[in-house]
Amino acid sequence: MPDTVLDKAISRTARPVYLDYAATTPVDRRVASRMIPYLTEIYGNPASRSHAYGWAAEEAVELAREQVCALINADPREIVWTSGATESNNLAIKGAAHFNRGRGKHLVTVATEHKAVLDSMRELEREGYEVTVLPVLPSGLLDLAVFDAALRPDTVLASVMFVNNETGVVQDIAALGALCRAKGVVFHVDAAQAAGKVAIDLAQLPVDLMSLSAHKIYGPKGIGALYVRRRPRVRIDAQMHGGGHERGMRSGTLATHQIVGMGSAFWLARENMAADNARIRALRDRLWAGLSTLDAVVLNGDMEQRAPQYLNVSFNYVEGESLLMGIRGVAVSSGSACTSASLEPSYVLRAMGRSDELAHSSVRFSLGRFTTESEVDFTIAQVTEVVARLRAMSPLWDMVQAGVDLNAIQWSEH
Amino acid sequence: MAYSDKVIDHYDNPRNVGAFDAGDENVGTGMVGAPACGDVMRLQIRVNAQGVIEDAKFKTYGCGSAIASSSLVTEWVRGRTLDEALAIKNAQIAEELALPPVKIHCSILAEDAIKAAVADFRARHAIQGAAGQGEVSDEAGASRVTEQPVCDAGPRH
Repeated sequence: MPDTVLDKAISRTARPVYLDYAATTPVDRRVASRMIPYLTEIYGNPASRSHAYGWAAEEAVELAREQVCALINADPREIVWTSGATESNNLAIKGAAHFNRGRGKHLVTVATEHKAVLDSMRELEREGYEVTVLPVLPSGLLDLAVFDAALRPDTVLASVMFVNNETGVVQDIAALGALCRAKGVVFHVDAAQAAGKVAIDLAQLPVDLMSLSAHKIYGPKGIGALYVRRRPRVRIDAQMHGGGHERGMRSGTLATHQIVGMGSAFWLARENMAADNARIRALRDRLWAGLSTLDAVVLNGDMEQRAPQYLNVSFNYVEGESLLMGIRGVAVSSGSACTSASLEPSYVLRAMGRSDELAHSSVRFSLGRFTTESEVDFTIAQVTEVVARLRAMSPLWDMVQAGVDLNAIQWSEH
Repeated sequence: MAYSDKVIDHYDNPRNVGAFDAGDENVGTGMVGAPACGDVMRLQIRVNAQGVIEDAKFKTYGCGSAIASSSLVTEWVRGRTLDEALAIKNAQIAEELALPPVKIHCSILAEDAIKAAVADFRARHAIQGAAGQGEVSDEAGASRVTEQPVCDAGPRH
């Protein structure tokens, strides 16, 4: 059990300020406490129809289904439990593409999507599907006319994420969905970063499939859901077989404790979203106010169409990983190549037209339910100090100060 | 990712950060890498009349391992002749700093920085020297500050 006295004794560098809520979130203690009885006491298999252990587990699963539906205004029969948003994305994209293969083999998506979407699309390309990956505007937003033009008679599925995980940019899902409806294209939305942060009303939004994640909103890792519309009916081919669970769409024994966790987290999100968002938006704006006083700092992504939790900033002439190393009292992510296993700089920022240098210099700050004002102020101080120190060590900063145009230099090519 | 203690030490206490006057006839300047790769190192050496490197300075735009590699290099080249400095191999740098495989390219860039600085010094002295004299230069000897050796920042795609 966590010991708060010990917590206070541990220095900030051993327990940094957490501003990486977009990567994952701590499980809310209220959620954790609701989950535990389902590990040790109410442990029946929800599919066991014949005894009280199974009935009790099944009841908890169905309650959780209602709780998830309450946040997104859906019907419980439209929820399919999965192991997380990555699986939901796979199931939605491959499932819908496979089911509709008789109608066409063209798929549409966006360059800034999560790898779970892009890699699923790539896999379908290997199977003979044709995929169009659309560019975005420098703001990160998708141009509606460009999207509409990409939808062909043989297009069966389009996938666009609601809130981008790197920049927090919010796409106009209502308008995009309407365009898909008009052309008979199944519309999938990855809402892993959106649920609990922006309003989602599936009675209003023309969305056919929606991926949901628990661990992005204070639920446990390893559980998610796929929303599958009933009216009008959307059908997908299962990707996991063996028992026909979840109306045949996703076989596998349901993890009751995980599902209870996701339901509780979604319920809490519904209750707290307005208050959380107001508080977090003020803190995020405070963070930006502090950082924007530095020279040569650039905000990545649309200012207005952005969820309140996110701030993606490039600190020019300073490389991202060296910055993260310096601000070791703060936990954040960078778009720098050095922080990715593939040595690629952020493809999301590159798709927005950002140069490699700005992608290498980018840092994503993502705030959450437990972020405090003193954490924000500490972060501003740390970043300011480290940026100054690294710029003093940067040959690029030297050259810029001397009036050299870096774009005119013959750097080496690969 | 976990850094070795030596990398952290060089990052927190970098040696010989700064710049010499690039126009000084005793100074050789090597700039390698590219902003697009996320790594740019500028290494400068001051060479005495005996051809020994008596001082070195660096500035680096890059990750902690890149900063450490270039900082270490400024320590190692001091007191060496130009040819001895050219003998420094990236494997030695990587071993000293315990660089993981994904960061080996930082040590390669540091080795290239030495070569570029030495080449620049020699080129400037070959130009200044009388015609017909001067050192035998390899193809790197003809390069100027603005033509870098190939950036070895690893696979891009």
